[in-house]
Amino acid sequence: MTAQVDVKPVKRGIFTAMIRRDLTAAFRHPSDLINPLIFFVVVVTLFPLAVTPESDFLREIAPGVLWVSALLATLLSLDMLFQSDFQDGTLEQMLLSPQPLYSTILAKVATHWLLSGLPLTLLSPLLAMMLFLSSDGTQALMLTLLLGTPILSFIGAIGSALTVGLRKTGLLLSLLVLPLYIPVLIFASGAVQAAVAGLPIAGHLALLGALLALAVVLAPLAIATALRISLSG
Amino acid sequence: MWRWFHKLGSPKWFYAISGRWLPWFAVAALLLLSVGTVWALMFAPADYQQGNSFRIIYIHVPAAFLAQSGYVIMAVAGAIGLIWKMKLADVMAKCCAPIGASFTFLALVTGAVWGKPTWGAWWVWDARLTSMLVLLFLYLGVVALQSAFTDRNQAARASALLSLVGLVNIPIIKYSVEWWNTLHQPASLTLTEKPAMPAEMWVPLLIMVAGFYCFFTVVLLMRARVELLDRERRTGWVKDIISSGKS
Repeated sequence: MTAQVDVKPVKRGIFTAMIRRDLTAAFRHPSDLINPLIFFVVVVTLFPLAVTPESDFLREIAPGVLWVSALLATLLSLDMLFQSDFQDGTLEQMLLSPQPLYSTILAKVATHWLLSGLPLTLLSPLLAMMLFLSSDGTQALMLTLLLGTPILSFIGAIGSALTVGLRKTGLLLSLLVLPLYIPVLIFASGAVQAAVAGLPIAGHLALLGALLALAVVLAPLAIATALRISLSG
Repeated sequence: MWRWFHKLGSPKWFYAISGRWLPWFAVAALLLLSVGTVWALMFAPADYQQGNSFRIIYIHVPAAFLAQSGYVIMAVAGAIGLIWKMKLADVMAKCCAPIGASFTFLALVTGAVWGKPTWGAWWVWDARLTSMLVLLFLYLGVVALQSAFTDRNQAARASALLSLVGLVNIPIIKYSVEWWNTLHQPASLTLTEKPAMPAEMWVPLLIMVAGFYCFFTVVLLMRARVELLDRERRTGWVKDIISSGKS
């Protein structure tokens, strides 16, 4: 440690630079991006086959089925958050770099949402139609997914950061993250059910928005601490 | 005060002092639980609506108290360990998790047994019940994460962080009966108001709660002492204890 390395923090643009880098890296493996979406479609398909193809019944369970499937698809896509960066050592460099970790993590979570939550939201009307959800219900479904899936990305990132250094993470990660997903699930599917019944959904959406605001502020701190713990071993 | 706090960080000192406290807590737990049980089951009057089936309250309510307090204790100990890197706090947080999970399970089971004659169903998807179930899942998640790491230090810090994140659930459980007006009745005992039950009913309940807290302390101290011995097995004072042959 003789030579003083002059590292200047990038004043602006770490956020966008990170997003651009992660998106480029992700688009090099398109199949990894499509797999969660296929999973979403397949899981939703299982319900009419297993329960009943009757339209009245499907309409009733559609909000819950769609939300649970979206939640599971998000859960399975959490691998792409930190895993490859951890394996090739990039993650360690990010923690050591003079950039604020908060923006780095925010960028990582935003990328994850762009690649999982957003496509799921865009795909959902198709599946909603297959489950005979009314147009009011579909609208509410898309709104709740738009507000809810970023929360799922944030909470999932906490779990993912905690388990990134471990060998077998899949089952453990679901065990840690799913209980924390429950409030989002309750408010979101409640909103869709209310919309189907013709009730106002502003209250539900406000609660989801509050959860999202809380997640944006607090989750990156927890994720940063979790990453530091995982990489300290 | 600070000196005491620093002393508490020393495993050797804690082992010695907890060994002295343990018999007192054990006797208190035994006394309170036996007095409370006999009073509750034989002398407390039967409920005018529920008859004798209400008596399960004397197990159910204390268990539910401990389920939540246990989680808060675990999270606070975890935070202390995370901030001040105190070994003893890590040990406490680790030992709290399985005990708290057991009390949560006990509260759920006794609730189900009570629910059958009162509500006519073993289980309803009521806000209080669901949030207690989530609490059990959170406990199990902490236990699972704890055992996933090979490095003790890392395990302690990771599970401390997880329990702090899960702490959000505690106020939800606490106020679920007030926010959502559901089947489960509101709190049986509060600090500020006089209970709705007559004294012959709530005094034994209070005794049972105190007894459960003592019992929790006894189990926690016993587990923490074993864990400490295991962690410090290479140090001189543990070797002294083993060679002298007394606890």
